[in-house]
Parts: sequence; structure tokens; C-alpha cells
Amino acid sequence: MDIGSIISIIVTSLMAMVPIVLTSVGAVWSERAGVVSIGYEGVLLMSAFFGAIVAELTGSGVMGLLGGIATGIVFGMLHGVLTVYLKGNHVIPGIGINLLALGVVPFGILAYWGTAGQHQVTVTLWSWQTKYGKISPMIPVTIAIAIITWWVLFKTPLGLRVRAVGENPEAADALGINVEKYRFWSTVYGHALAGLGGAYMSVAWLGVVQKAMSAGRGFIALANMVFSGWNPLVALIGGWLFGFFDALATWLAPLHIVPGQFILMLPYIMTLIIVAGIIGKARPPKWDGRPYKRE
Amino acid sequence: MKSSISDLIAAFNFKALLESLIAIVIGFLIGALVLLAFGYDPAVAYSALFGGALGSTNSIASTLAYSTPIMLTALTFAISARTGIFNIGAEGSFYFGAIAAVIFTNIWANMWFGLAMGILLGALWSLPAAFLKVYRGVHEVISTIMLNWIAWFFVFWLVVGPYANPNDPNKTIRIPESARLPLIGNTNLSIAFIIAIIMAVLSYYLLWHTVFGFGMRASGLNPRAARYGGVDPNKAIIWSFIIGGVMSGLGGAMKIMGEPPTYAISQGMANVYGFGFDGIGVALVGRNHPLGIIFAAIFFGMLRAGTALMQIEAQVPLEIIKVIQGIIVITIAVPGLYDLVKNVFKKG
Repeated sequence: MDIGSIISIIVTSLMAMVPIVLTSVGAVWSERAGVVSIGYEGVLLMSAFFGAIVAELTGSGVMGLLGGIATGIVFGMLHGVLTVYLKGNHVIPGIGINLLALGVVPFGILAYWGTAGQHQVTVTLWSWQTKYGKISPMIPVTIAIAIITWWVLFKTPLGLRVRAVGENPEAADALGINVEKYRFWSTVYGHALAGLGGAYMSVAWLGVVQKAMSAGRGFIALANMVFSGWNPLVALIGGWLFGFFDALATWLAPLHIVPGQFILMLPYIMTLIIVAGIIGKARPPKWDGRPYKRE
Repeated sequence: MKSSISDLIAAFNFKALLESLIAIVIGFLIGALVLLAFGYDPAVAYSALFGGALGSTNSIASTLAYSTPIMLTALTFAISARTGIFNIGAEGSFYFGAIAAVIFTNIWANMWFGLAMGILLGALWSLPAAFLKVYRGVHEVISTIMLNWIAWFFVFWLVVGPYANPNDPNKTIRIPESARLPLIGNTNLSIAFIIAIIMAVLSYYLLWHTVFGFGMRASGLNPRAARYGGVDPNKAIIWSFIIGGVMSGLGGAMKIMGEPPTYAISQGMANVYGFGFDGIGVALVGRNHPLGIIFAAIFFGMLRAGTALMQIEAQVPLEIIKVIQGIIVITIAVPGLYDLVKNVFKKG
């Protein structure tokens, strides 16, 4: 393994890190406020689809990313209404969102572009082409989002209130904090970041819309969130680690040392091992996933 | 027997049934809007859909055949859900059940042996998530999704590698004739459908009429109280995973052993993919009740069977039914749906 392949693995891992880190950081914020969602997988997939449509309609990659964020916001609001205001179960809406994505995306690819299963996106976000692979401006943006989210969550009064409604909503309520409002907008923020990550996949990274392109990243991001101990900074490092396994699999695949399928399993096996090793020490916010009803 | 029938009615909550029906109606209405938005005619599409699902003996047989695998994967989800677990792992056990049927019927061409090995591999594949949950506290949604992907790649390797058909390398070798499930009458429907119904009834009996099943439901409702009552919730969780794996493994095996004319896993594993996920939708529409699941599975089977005619007569991509299913599940997630709809009608 020469220095060139090491650099290209690192470049690929940084590109692969973006959707996982964005989704993990969003999920950390939402769960710190007490709202669990397993619908990020579906949000990634649907925002990859809608983000590509917006990018092609407007001729702008940036607008495509915004389209992805808008998709995330819509589903975040849906999840927020069901769980925060109507006090419903936190897991079932996500199952529905994931099932919906499995229909909307293949149906949409066929009905909108007239191709089956896959569409090559014609308008993509600018990226820096190097001999080690392309480098997207979304890499520094993602790092900045993780750091800023950490800073707001742990160093500002806003973050304190968000953590309060997830840790002890009764006390927060007694202090005059509007628990429902904070939980709702935290859910929206979490899904919006996943939406950005999804649009990045189609508009900036892979340049295609495929019916199964999220490939479990929404759930890997949740595993990474647990791994991080609900901390955006650790989620940034963990997300890079998961991106690294992704890149390693991409690099190993053409070498044919073992059948390709075993290499493609790698990110999922590593996720299981890491999550199995870390849990027990990890403690979720106390009111995570529990609806809060005022007495 | 008399008491069990009144139990059955009590367990089959009327309000829950109405909520499922409301969700189905909303699913079709929003589905119609999506069709209109993409320039299709919903009336033509839906009439072709139902014609294709119920129009003839063959289409009814096809509806029931499609309902079979998802009835079993729905039981996987529902039994775990009653034990307080979100088991999304039916998909992985289904792949293993399917490949087990291919492998072992080609060792000993016996139907019962094939089914038994499908059940065994399906159940074994459910164990990692069970143990990770009980001993390491790993959330089952994360572990089962990862295990589904690992199962996908592993079984895919078996399908294109060691068990590929030398004459048709995109498919696996076929189930020997003497190990195939008998067909009912002159249709393409195999006895898999009847076995699935029996499994649903057995699940109902297990959950509501045995001490064991009571323990499972008790730990699902309140693990701490169950522990006081002498039930070990961890044991209940492990068993719920195993029974779930049995159902999906059986479903996978029967999908391959009872599906004419292929009797093999097809290219890209297309004839075994997605049944675990569809089963979750079936379980939720059937309100996690084994008897509700029988009807919900037939309903979902109807949608799937109808897509063939819908594609021909209305040129609508078959994925529209997945859009409708997703909307139905999201609608079911609306708490107090029944009261909500009742209030809307009162005001209107």
C-alpha cells in the first residue's frame, strides 16, 4: 500500500463521512431534546431524490441541497406533530417514513425521469477534482456544523434548555420552558440535517439517484449517535470512522482477495461490533423517547 | 371453546379495526393525489388494481400467494412487538430460510426437511440480535438492520457463488420436484398459504391462551411488573426473537419451495427481497394481532397481485402500492385516529 492509496482512502472516507455525520449530529440534537426517530433512513433516501429534482429544475447544486433540507423539514414536522403534540409512539412514524421512501423513490424515478431504478443527476455541486478523488466543500461545512451544534448544545442557554427538556421535562416546564416547542423544533432540526445529508449523496457525492442508495446509513448514523454518547463532537469522529470502513470496502473490492460480498459487509459488521462494545457505558437522555404530558 | 371465542372478540378491538380501515382509505386517497400529480388516472389505476387482484380464480390465487410470505414476516414483528421489542429482522431470517431450502432440499429431496432447515436457519439468524439486546443492551432496531445487510450480502454470495445454477448462473439451483410444496387445485397457490394461516392461529393461541404467551405479553406491557410476577423478561425477549425467526425462516423457505414456476432464488434475489419490510406494515395494519394480520396480509397481497394488471391497463409503476402502504402506516401512527376522524365528521 503506497502513500497515494492511503491519501485516496482518507479522501474517500471524508466524502463518505458527510451523510453519516450530518444525520448523527441531527439525531443527537433531537434525542437530547427527548425525541427518538428511526425514520432518518427514509429521509436520506427521499431527500436524495427531491434534492436532485430541485438541483435539476434550478440548475444549482446549492439549491438541490436546500431542497434536501426542505424535505427533511417536512418529515421532521410530521414526526414532531405525531410524537410531540399528539404524544404518539416515537418508533412507528419512522417505520412508516422508511416504508414510504421505499415506494416514493423508485416510483418517482420511474414516473419523473422515466428510467427504472437509477437516474444520473445532471446538475451537481462544484467539487475540487484531485488525483486522489474529488473533495466536496461539504466536508468542511459538515465539520463546522458538528462543531457549532456541539457548541450551541453544551455552551449556550439554548442548548441547556434543549438538554433540559430531554433530561427532565417536568423541571424544565416548572422553569417556564415550553417543552413542546423545544422538542418539536429539535426534531425538525434533526431531520433537516439528515435531509442535507441525503441531498449531498445525490447532488454532491455520488451524482446518481438510486432506489436503495441510503444503504442503511440512516441506521448506521443512529449506531454512531449511541457510540458518541449523544455528543456531536464524538459523532464527528465516529462518523469519520464509519466513513473509513466505507472507503476501505471501496478500496478493497477491486483487489478480489475475498468475494466482494464479504467486503461490502464490513461497515455493517464493524457497526455491530462497535455498538456491542460501547453500550452499557452509554446513557441516553433520561426522557428520550417518552412523551411529556403536563400534569 | 365458547370462552375462547368471546376472548377473541374482546381481543379484536373494534376501534382498532376501524382505525385500520380509516388509514387504508386515507392511504388510497393520498395515493390518488400522487397518481394525479404524475398524470395518471387514479380511477383507471385502482379499478385495474382490484380487477387484477380479485377478477378471476387465478387472480385470487395470486392474491393469496402474495399474502403468504408477508403474513409470516408480520407475525415475526407482531410477536416481538407484543413482547415490547421492535424486531425489524424478519428480512434477514427470510433470506436465510430461502437459501436453506435451496441448499438442504438438494441434499435430501424431502419437503419437511427443507421446511425444517428453513425454520432452523431463520431462528439461528435471530439469535445475535436477541443476545445483543439482552446481554449488551444494543437497541434491536440498530442490530437487526445491520444483521439484515450482513444476511443480504452473505446469502447473495451463496446465490451467485456456490449455489448458482450452472445452466442459468443468475439463479440458484432449483428445488427438486419431490421437495416442492403441493399446489391447491389447478392454481399456482401452494399449501404454504394454509401453513401460514395455521401459524397465525398458533401464534394467537400461544400469546393469549398459554402461560408462556401471557409472560411474553406481560413483559411487553411492563417488564418490571412481569418480573415481580415471576416472569423473566429477558427470557421472554429471547424467545420472541426465536419464534420470530421461525416464522420468517419458514416464510423464506416456503417462498422458494412453493412458488411455481421458478422454484429457485431469482436474479438479484428479487423474489426474496422486501418481504420482511412489507410484513412490518402488515403487522401494524393488523394491529399486531395474529388474526388481524391474516386479513391485513390478504389485503396487502391483493394490492401486490393487482399491480400486474395496473401496469398493463394504466401504465402505473407497481411501486405506487408501496407509497400507499407507507402512508397507511404513517396514518396508523396517528394516536387517537378514531376520535380525531369522529370529531372532524361531527364538525363537518
